[in-house]
Order: sequence, then structure tokens, then C-alpha cells
Amino acid sequence: MNKLVSSVKEVIRQARLKDGMTISFHHHLRNGDYVLNTVVEAIAQLGLHDITINASSIFDVHAPLIEHLRNKVITGLECSYMGGVAGKAITEGILEKRVVFRSHGGRPADIESGKSHIDVAFIAAPCADPMGNCTGQLGPSACGSLGYAYADAMHADQVVVLTDNLKPYPLSTISISEIYVDYVVELDKIGDPAGIVSGTTRITRDPVGLLMADYAAQVIAHSGLLKDGMSFQTGAGGASLAAAKFLQKIMLEKKIQGSFVMGGITGYLVDMLNAGCFRSIMDVQCFDMDAVESLRSNPNHHEVTACHYASPAAKSAIINSLDVVILGATEIDTNFNVNVHTDSNGYIMGGSGGHSDAAAGSKLCMIIAPLVRARLPLIRDRVTCITTPGNTVDVLVTQRGIAVNPNRPDLKNTLIAAGLPVTAIEDLQKTALAITGEPKWGLKKGRAVADVIYRDGTLIDQIYQVLS
Amino acid sequence: MEIKKKAVAGTMESSDVFVDIAPSEEGLYIDIQSVVYNQFGEQIKKAVHETFRQFQVERAKVTLNDRGALDCTIRARVETAIKRAGREEE
Amino acid sequence: MLLRSLLFLPGNNPNMLANGDILGADGIIFDLEDAVAPDEKDAARILVRSCLKQMKLIGVTTIIRINSLDSYDYWKEDLDELIPCRPDIILIPKVNDPKEVIIASEYIAELELISGIEKGRIRIMPLIETALGVENAFAIASADQRNIALFLGAEDLTADMRCQRTTEGTEIFYARNRVVMAARAAGIEAIDTPFTDINDENGNYQDAVTAKMIGFSGKANITPRHVKTVNQVFSPTAEEIEYAHEVLFAIEKAKEQGKGAVSLYGKMIDKPIVLRAEQVLAMEEALIRKGSACYE
Repeated sequence: MNKLVSSVKEVIRQARLKDGMTISFHHHLRNGDYVLNTVVEAIAQLGLHDITINASSIFDVHAPLIEHLRNKVITGLECSYMGGVAGKAITEGILEKRVVFRSHGGRPADIESGKSHIDVAFIAAPCADPMGNCTGQLGPSACGSLGYAYADAMHADQVVVLTDNLKPYPLSTISISEIYVDYVVELDKIGDPAGIVSGTTRITRDPVGLLMADYAAQVIAHSGLLKDGMSFQTGAGGASLAAAKFLQKIMLEKKIQGSFVMGGITGYLVDMLNAGCFRSIMDVQCFDMDAVESLRSNPNHHEVTACHYASPAAKSAIINSLDVVILGATEIDTNFNVNVHTDSNGYIMGGSGGHSDAAAGSKLCMIIAPLVRARLPLIRDRVTCITTPGNTVDVLVTQRGIAVNPNRPDLKNTLIAAGLPVTAIEDLQKTALAITGEPKWGLKKGRAVADVIYRDGTLIDQIYQVLS
Repeated sequence: MEIKKKAVAGTMESSDVFVDIAPSEEGLYIDIQSVVYNQFGEQIKKAVHETFRQFQVERAKVTLNDRGALDCTIRARVETAIKRAGREEE
Repeated sequence: MLLRSLLFLPGNNPNMLANGDILGADGIIFDLEDAVAPDEKDAARILVRSCLKQMKLIGVTTIIRINSLDSYDYWKEDLDELIPCRPDIILIPKVNDPKEVIIASEYIAELELISGIEKGRIRIMPLIETALGVENAFAIASADQRNIALFLGAEDLTADMRCQRTTEGTEIFYARNRVVMAARAAGIEAIDTPFTDINDENGNYQDAVTAKMIGFSGKANITPRHVKTVNQVFSPTAEEIEYAHEVLFAIEKAKEQGKGAVSLYGKMIDKPIVLRAEQVLAMEEALIRKGSACYE
């Protein structure tokens, strides 16, 4: 049996990819990915059209995709996150078919159920053997966990593994098993290691960010959840990471050991594991080389699948055991609905990722964001796009006050008693408007260009074409 | 105040506004580029016009490149540009 | 006026000015001097004036560091522009001679009159950052009623002294003591020089503790990251506050009973102790008004 195929074009032929089919990619190579662009370019050169891409995320490195959207090589997109470059083209209406946005947990659930069918999955693997056993933990393009690729491998009709680091059979570390793999292609490079490491894994030095991080750590300290066995997740923004650092200090002082940290894993969370603040890390994606190295070497640092992380269809997922999560927002409204899909001009520059999943599962969901960003107020009457519904969001931390969701009166009273600057969200909104002046909202909108599917499968919002 | 020469004020940093002012033969020509034009275009225009009125400038060509500056910053930068470009009519 | 921590903010930076009041410092120093390039002095003073007029800074002492009196007429233009905004304190850099304070004070008085501000309301803080300034410290401190504190600036001072500025601070030990002595002799406060290693949290703490022990009432900061620690160090502790209440209570009781000498915990309570207790309680009151905890 020989799974090795000589080139991308050849594997596309052998897999009998046809017009109208759906292909998939994971995003673990982040802004250093070469695979998606290489495969789509080959598809274009073979004269194929009307292909749908289901990529767990689309980054700015995938800008060449735009040309193929224009030429209708690709006519459908499904993802959990889309960066601003592709986002701008989509928002301006380059695709006729609406983009389907899901959450990180919703994507594997729909792939599993067949709702989101994949004809050919292309799995970039930093290390693989000729039978298709592969992992992200080893190799010059190592990216760590392959969490978002499992559902594709397990449920796509055909699976192609692409690697720039082919090792003899059997692979020493196996993340995805050969039992799912049809073809293996060796490339010169699957990606650029410099781009694989995320740009947002530095603690903020901005005093406003540090102030908010300090408030966030105090909210956790007074939430009643700060005790042995606590579990924690944080986004990769500068202020969120600073909050993790402050939390670490508190946990060490009070000699508290948590159960696990979850997420997008950075060196800061690895530090917390090594300092004994937590017993384990549940890793669905690695953001930097410290995380990759820890995954490789520490038995308490576990690679988990996206399904295990957050699938609403699983019997239980990790988010169901999550105590505290710290997340960001481009906008939040007075009902605590959060937007991380678009900016305030309606342009797509993000997506739920794990945002709506973690908010739904956690006991305490905290949003950290500055009250005003370049004259734009954070708090709206209604967000431009609902990513995460307000009933799953508990606390908003800004530099001018902390708002607690009225559905958490117990938490509100505890935080007031702790001397924290608890303020009604409407008052924070007024404070911001006093600083910025009253903005004119009301964008000229065209047709819907994207559907936002909440983790329960319902359509929670749509994103509209921005007309110039 | 009479605008006698070209002048600039402010920077392209976030929350600041870069103002470019030059003499003009007739009237006030104001060109505003702003990252928040949709939301604050009218207020920015108002701030610029009011500052020109305050310093009695009737003829100038002004370009603003706004990176989300607050109203007080816009007025300050326009005033600075005016003062650098003109001299007070005695 | 609470002056435990004074934070420098560059005068020409709109982003920083917008968030000045939430950084926790008791006083914000809007810097028109060292933080602003010569060809941006005009922009900075207009920006600070415009922001102070439109933004409401609550719970914060407003301080303007104008340009020094040997800087052509920048300092006059700074005052022309900013006095109408009613700042609390004018920080005058590189003061060598009491005459400079008097000249500035008189110019401020003219501007107070024009702006309808009560005469003498705006205070002055001379910045001692030259060898000559140290030598003349007492004369400078007692030069004018407006003086509220002497401020020590060690960076420029050590340049003038022709020696290295170090974390340990041995080189400024004399200057620190001299400035405190001069300030206290003149009946005003003393503010210590900022700790300049922005990443050294422990060093910041040690430096603040040293300053407090020598007799400074507060400390300047060049980064908001140092503010919380400085506030803590220069706040009275719960024990100090409790003791202060006990002292005044003991004094009251003794008065009622017609007793002359009072002792508390085996120690004679004489005038200095009473004075100290009154100062501690005044600070407690100011802190309560500001809404901060008096200790962590």
C-alpha cells in the first residue's frame, strides 16, 4: 500500500476533487501557513470551480484567496474566524453565497453530524510518516496541538496529509492516526515558522491594560471561585495575559492549586503550570514555541481535540468544567451581547473562535476591554453583530469601572463589598459618550454576506455588506 | 488671522490628528480623512469650522488625517496649525 | 491636597492625556518641559490647555511643569496658556535662586487677576535639580507663600554633580536630606525624585521606603506601574491611624480632667507627637474623600 503522492495537483486528481465539492483546512500554522494557498492555487490551475472551503480560521496570510473568490474558483466559505484582509473583501460583497461562521465548538459538531460535509480534508502536518500518522509537536514547522484538525480527519470523505518533515514509519508521536488518512504529500515547506507564532502573546505594557488586568484578577479573587481545583481560560490579548500573570501571583501567595488551564496556550500559561498553579493544561492550539515545547515534554500538558474542547454535541466538553474565562470584545451592548466578528464600521475582522463556547460553558465569563478605542465607544445600544449572547456574559471590566450582568446579583454584591468600582453598564456607556461625543451610528447596509451560527445551531445574527 | 505659509501640527498616532494647512486665495477648503468618519464626521467638521471662526481665519486650505482624536485634541491641533501658519492681525 | 504620588505625563501625547485621571496617582504632572521637543512646545501647551478645559479630572491634583525661567519666554507662554485652566500647582524646573520663584509668582498673580482667579490660589513647586538649587534650597523654599513643596530631581542633579545616578542612591543621599530639611524648615512638603527603572518593582518599593524614612511626603513617578506601590508606602498604615486617634483621644481626655502631662503606652505625648497624629488624621480624611483604601 502506498499513500505517498508526488504533488498537490496529483493528489487533487487522485482524490477526484470536482466542481462543487467542499475542502477543509485547519489553522494551526496561523499566519505562517503555506498549505491553504498552495492547494487553492493548484485547484485553480486544474480549472476547477465552485469549491467551498471549510477552514477553521482564515488569516491575513490567505490574502491570495481573494483572487480565487473573484474568479469563482472558490464560491463558498465556512470558518470560525476571518482576519481583516479577507474580511474586507467578504464584507464588500465579493462572494454571492453567504459565509458561514461557526464557533470552534460548533464546527466539529456540524462536521460530525454531517451538517457540514467535507469531501477532501487537507491536513498540514509538521511531522508525518508515509502512512499518514502525523503530529504538530515535532519538526521545523512545529505548531503544537492539532486540535482543530481531528474532526476533519475523522469525518471527511478523503483525507490528505501534507508535510515538510517525512519520517520513517511509525511516527514516534502520533496525534492523528493513519487509520483516517488516504494520501500523504511531501512539500518543501508547509509554512513559515516565524508566522506560525502568534503576534499577540506579549503581556501589555500599557498602563490602562495593566489597570484592567489588575481589576480582572481582583474580580476572580472575590468571585468565590478562587480555590483549589479552579479552572481557567484566557484569550491571547495583552491585557488578558497580564490578568493571568496577576492571577498567578495571587494563587502563589494564597497557595492555591487549580485543576486546569485551557485554551489557546501561551508561555504565560505554561509558566503557571510549571509554578504549580494548575495541575494540567488542556491544549487545543499553541500560540508560541514555549507552549509547543511544553506540550512535547510535559505529561501534564495535554493535546485535546476541538470537539473535546467545546462541542455542544459531545456528552461533555472541557468548557463545561470551566470556572473562569477572560475574553475580549470589539463591542458590547447594554444587554451584555458581545461582538468579536466585526469592527464598528461593519467590517469582518474576527469571529467567535472559542469565544461563545467558553462564555457558554464557564461559571464566570469576564470581558476585558478599554472603554474607548480611537474615539469609538465600546458600549453600544446594540452591537453591530452578536457573537456571544449577553446571558452568557457575566462581567465587563473597563478602566473606568466594572459592570456586572443584572442576572448575577450575588456576584454584583460581592464585588461591591470588595470595594471594586462596580458601575451600571449604562453609566459606563454615558461616561464613554461624555469623552467621545455622540457618534452617528447607522451604516449603509446591503445584503447579508455572512450567517453567524451560534453553538446551538441557531442563526444568532447576520453580517451585512458595507456599501461605500 | 491670515494664513501666510504652510504648516503642520499633530501626528499620525492613534488618537491624534495630523493637520496640514496652507494659504488659499479664496475661502475655506477643508478635507477630512478619518478612521471614524462615519461616526464623527459631522463633529469633526464642526470642531474645525468653530476653531477657524474663533481665530477669524477666512481663507485656508486644510487637510486633516484623523486617527480617532477626541474633540479637544482636534481643536488643539487645528489651533496649533493656524498659529504656526499665520500671524495675528494687529 | 494629596501628594503621595505624582505621575509625569508627556504634554504632547493625546492618548496618555485622555487616561491620566484613572492611573491612580494623586497628582498628574502635565509635562511641557523635558517630555516635549523644542519645536512642539507650542503644540503641547495648546493640547494640555484644550484637554484640561474639556475633560473633567476628578480626584486628581493638576500640576503643570512649565519650562524653566531661562528658556526664553516659553515659561511665560506656558503660564499665559495654562493659568486660565486653574491648575492646582505649577512645577518650575531647574530652580537655582529664590528670585525665580518670586518672578514666577508675580507673573502668576497677574494672570490670576485677569482670569478672575482668587489671588494665591495657584501654588508653586520648585524643582531642585541643580547643585546651586540644592545650596539655595531653604531660600527657595521660603521665597514665596505659593510654595507648597520642594521637588527633588535627581537625574539632572547628578549630571550637574558630575557623577553617576545609581539605584542605591548614595550619590543623592545628601541632596535628599538637604531638600527635606529645607522644605520642613520652610513649613512645606517634600517630594522625592522618581525611580527610573520601570521594570524593577522591588527597587521601586525600596526607593519609596527610603524616601519616606528620610522624611519625604511623596514621590514622583515616571510610569503608572509604580504608582500603586508609592501610594501604599506614603499612606499611613492602619496601626498609625489607630494610634493617631488614640493620641488625640488621650489629649482630649487629659484636657477634660485638667491634666497637664499625658502619657500613652508609657510614652509622654508632647507637641511633636500630637502634630504627627493630626497630620495622619488629615491624610486619612483626604484619603476617605478620595475613596481609596488607606492601606492594602
